[in-house]
Amino acid sequence: MSYQKYYVPEDSKYPIYIATALFLLVMGAAGTINDLGKPESNSVYILYSGFAVFAITLYFWFRAVIREHIAGLDSAQLQKSFVFGMGWFIFSEVMFFAAFFGALFYVRNFSVPWLGGDGEKGLANMLWEGFEASWPVMSTPDAGSAFVLADKSMSWPGWGNALKWLPLWNTIVLLSSSVTVHFAHLALKNDNKKSFNTWLGVTVTLALIFVGLQAAEYYEAYAHYGLTLNSGIYGSTFFMLTGFHGFHVMMGGFMLAVMLSRSVFYNHFDPHNHFGFEAASWYWHFVDVVWVMLFLFVYIL
Amino acid sequence: MSAVIESHGHDDHHHGPAKGLTRWLYTTNHKDIGSLYLWFSFAMFLIGGAMAMVIRAELFQPGMQIVEPEFYNQMLTLHGLIMVFGAVMPAFVGLANWLVPMMVGAPDMALPRMNNLSFWILPFAFFILLSSLFMEGGAPNFGWTFYAPLSTTYAPPSVTFFIFAVHIMGASSIMGSINVIVTIMNMRAPGMTLMKMPLFVWSWLITAYLLIAVMPVLAGAVTMMLMDIHFGTSFFNAAGGGDPVLFQHIFWFFGHPEVYIMILPAFGIASHIIETFSRKQLFGYASMVWAMASIAILSFVVWAHHMFTVGLPLAAELFFMWATMLIAVPTGVKVFNWVTTMFKGSISYETPMLFAIAFVVLFTIGGFSGLMLAITPADFQYHDTYFVVAHFHYVLVPGSIFSIMAAVYYWIPKWTGNMYDERLGKLHFWLSFIGVNVTFFPQHWIGLAGMPRRVPDYALQFADWNMISSVGAFLFGASQILFMYIVLKTVMGGKKATPQVWEGSRGLEWTVESPAPYHTFTTPPKVN
Ligand code: HEM
Ligand SMILES: [Cu+2]
Repeated sequence: MSYQKYYVPEDSKYPIYIATALFLLVMGAAGTINDLGKPESNSVYILYSGFAVFAITLYFWFRAVIREHIAGLDSAQLQKSFVFGMGWFIFSEVMFFAAFFGALFYVRNFSVPWLGGDGEKGLANMLWEGFEASWPVMSTPDAGSAFVLADKSMSWPGWGNALKWLPLWNTIVLLSSSVTVHFAHLALKNDNKKSFNTWLGVTVTLALIFVGLQAAEYYEAYAHYGLTLNSGIYGSTFFMLTGFHGFHVMMGGFMLAVMLSRSVFYNHFDPHNHFGFEAASWYWHFVDVVWVMLFLFVYIL
Repeated sequence: MSAVIESHGHDDHHHGPAKGLTRWLYTTNHKDIGSLYLWFSFAMFLIGGAMAMVIRAELFQPGMQIVEPEFYNQMLTLHGLIMVFGAVMPAFVGLANWLVPMMVGAPDMALPRMNNLSFWILPFAFFILLSSLFMEGGAPNFGWTFYAPLSTTYAPPSVTFFIFAVHIMGASSIMGSINVIVTIMNMRAPGMTLMKMPLFVWSWLITAYLLIAVMPVLAGAVTMMLMDIHFGTSFFNAAGGGDPVLFQHIFWFFGHPEVYIMILPAFGIASHIIETFSRKQLFGYASMVWAMASIAILSFVVWAHHMFTVGLPLAAELFFMWATMLIAVPTGVKVFNWVTTMFKGSISYETPMLFAIAFVVLFTIGGFSGLMLAITPADFQYHDTYFVVAHFHYVLVPGSIFSIMAAVYYWIPKWTGNMYDERLGKLHFWLSFIGVNVTFFPQHWIGLAGMPRRVPDYALQFADWNMISSVGAFLFGASQILFMYIVLKTVMGGKKATPQVWEGSRGLEWTVESPAPYHTFTTPPKVN
């Protein structure tokens, strides 16, 4: 094949709008958080306006890219750039989760045992004598008013109660959604659009179910277990890891939903051209793998 | 499909730049974006430099003369943050933007619109950071390493803005790095195999990988801070079962690779310049690549050398000591190769070469003090003294920043089509060279004598060297005004440059005219 020109858009207004939106978003977010509990604060409107500009611009930006693709502007080489770009983006997400998993690993294997008087730095126990290390940490070293202690953790409840244990269902739901999105991909490759739409629809539904189950779990934790962000390091790691994962499930589910509507309403995608869907499905598999790690290190072990 | 391309409406490659301000706001051109990054970096260099002048003025004499201690802390913090994230990193990204596509024979960066976004986030992020100076409670005052609990329990309210500014800077770096990697992996001209790539390209491939690996970790660290400050978590709070030392582990897991992010591109630049002005082929190309790759990999397992004194288990102290010393091996290989390249070369000493040679010598001094710091028991003495300040300023100022200046002198004829004024360039070099050494060399001594870092006042016995150090700093600061003048003068005019510019220069960027046309290599060149 002869060389096809690499498409370089002449200029573009989208990026500067996104940069402005990010500015508004973070100014609004920081202002809102700093002003928590002050009803007269207006920062939240900055946050909203940032979000609105962000969402709208992103919509037009992606629409432009899709149109360029349909017009045949993008060469095979450009498509490869997208593939690489998505791959490296997912790698950056992996490293983001690595920071939180690293924190979990560190507190479980080092700092909590040290506070309890074990190991080489067990000297730390002199800070709060009598603190006994265990995981989950159900009573914090300093059990003062700063912490609301939980009376139950989210860990593996034993075989007897396994079926009533939400995380198990979450795992089943998310693992099967990874399979269904794969079926969707296979269907697309076989040029079976109907089956593609169905499997993708099933996947999006499973994503919604997952988010619902997790909401139920959080409600349970706050309302019945007394487990909150405020209940010490166990609550901190639990909610941060599962929370950021849940947020990524929502983003991934949203991406898949967009792909579904593109397919249903605009008849996008054919057996050879479906990078948008593929990228979303990679992201989905990534979210799934993170969940498996969570299930192992946050819930089971 | 290719037919569609040619017939499509406009063939943008024949266009020049748009007119007016929107050229810069909307541009997708890697040369425009490179210039934006470089100018932004220079502005930050001046702002961060002004803060350094405040610091050195206060330290000119013992006692408190000029600023309040609280404000001193803010200056120190902002100086560090601005120089690292605002001056050095964007300068290297700017150079990557200008040079990587031309060096690999690509028409532009792989994802041009995202490239524009990566840049335009930065002015906003630094606007937020600087505006914190005017917020209630003042700007961040906890040092550029923002250790918890200084940055959590005891932080001013502006820390929330700082956290979010770091988030978007991180987003900018990640997008910028993805762009660089994809450009290098996917856009090389036919025939340019990996092991034929110019070393600057190699250095950036590795740097971009490091950036994508560690910027998200930094984002994680500031997110945990945010949660600890506002939402009751106890990641860095031992009372709740967390650990303030955990913050240091996460920060330095980012921070050590970060210091290599600021030096690897400098390695690439030095290799090109030394090769050109020695009129010889670089000695040991392959070993240069391997050295950079091993430095990058090792940089992930040395972070706790910043934490020898916080109370690590003995095994960790030993492991991190040896791992750190191991880095000296590939670093030594590089220095050896540069020196060997010059050996028996027919060397001429234009300004870029002066900066490059000074880079090799002074960076090596910084490497040696690094080795001293790497010796755990010795670091118990050196840690948190001015010796550390001397160490990292030797690797960063005559290291990273000299390499950036060398790069500007070396490539500015390609960017502007004009030669810079060689006499003024040399003057700038000598003033900077003397200024840097007068500023930072005495800091080794006052550090060894026990002067702690991050203090606005000090004991009398340190007075003499501090005064000399401040004089050096004012000289260095002032000579950067000359640098700005030289650059502006070159942009306005000057002796016309030939395409090759330098007698000994090689590489694709020297095959196009000077100034480089707005679009280069719209069809890829052939590389043998
Ligand atoms: C041979 C290579 C190097 C070795 C062995 C080394 C070793 C060290 C050690 C052990 C420390 C901690 C000192 C202490 O706090 O007590 C340190 C600090 C530092 N190094 Fe290096 N280093 C090397 C190269 C570099 C390079 C290339 C850079 C940057 C371009 C750099 C930047 C820094 C910075 C910024 C700090 C201080 C961080 C802070 O506490 O604020 N180092 N180095
Ligand atoms: Cu280090």
